[in-house]
Amino acid sequence: MSGFIALWCASAALASALLAVTRPGIVHGLMWLVAALLSLAGCFYALGASFAGAVQVLVYAGAIVAVFVFVVMTVDATPEALAEERARLSGAWRLPAGVVALVALPLLLGPNSTGLEPGPATVPLKALGALLFGPWAIGVEIASALLLAALMGARHLGRRR
Amino acid sequence: MTFMALLGIAGGLFATGLFGVLARRTVLFQLISLEIMLGGPALAFIASGSFHGDAQGQGMFVLILVLAAAEVALGLALYLALRRVAGTDDSDALDRLRR
Repeated sequence: MSGFIALWCASAALASALLAVTRPGIVHGLMWLVAALLSLAGCFYALGASFAGAVQVLVYAGAIVAVFVFVVMTVDATPEALAEERARLSGAWRLPAGVVALVALPLLLGPNSTGLEPGPATVPLKALGALLFGPWAIGVEIASALLLAALMGARHLGRRR
Repeated sequence: MTFMALLGIAGGLFATGLFGVLARRTVLFQLISLEIMLGGPALAFIASGSFHGDAQGQGMFVLILVLAAAEVALGLALYLALRRVAGTDDSDALDRLRR
């Protein structure tokens, strides 16, 4: 049952993602992105990864999208700009779609089911913490260095000259 | 069957994001598409970790989350600097390095 819910949520996420990248208006695209991220969070919950689901809602659909919303205020959203975007999109989608299909089809057709497949299992949060603070400590340190570099980069790019 | 379908959907999410990056010319839409691209591997890692009963799937998800946060912070700062310096948000208009 939880496998079915996970599949349903993942399909909803895929459909929302398709809508997000094809809407001409940035606000509509952003709202469909939120829908896709929240559907993914539902999928994570159904797969037993409740910590990942909660973090997906808080960080992705919360913090990251909030930053996007602030930046969207600077976008030119006049009807002329929308019409131009729509015209540009209606002409220029075929070549990228062909390229993506060429790359993605072997990816989708390639893997074969291994046959043996237990259902989704809940991973205890304790195991995740032990992993991140034990064997993966260096990876976490590198990730924190990445965040620090991004912080300093954003500060540098955002200052007024 | 469920596992392979989830992996297929993860591949579809990645392909959708790739299509967005290639087809859209507005920088903000390309950033949104990058987010969707990162969602594909995230789903694949969570599904794999869940079906194998291993915490490493969620561990990789945390690292993907860090990457996405850093990417959005830098990407949006670059976008705002682009608007200020070049007055455009069209990534095709940025060919001044060529000349």
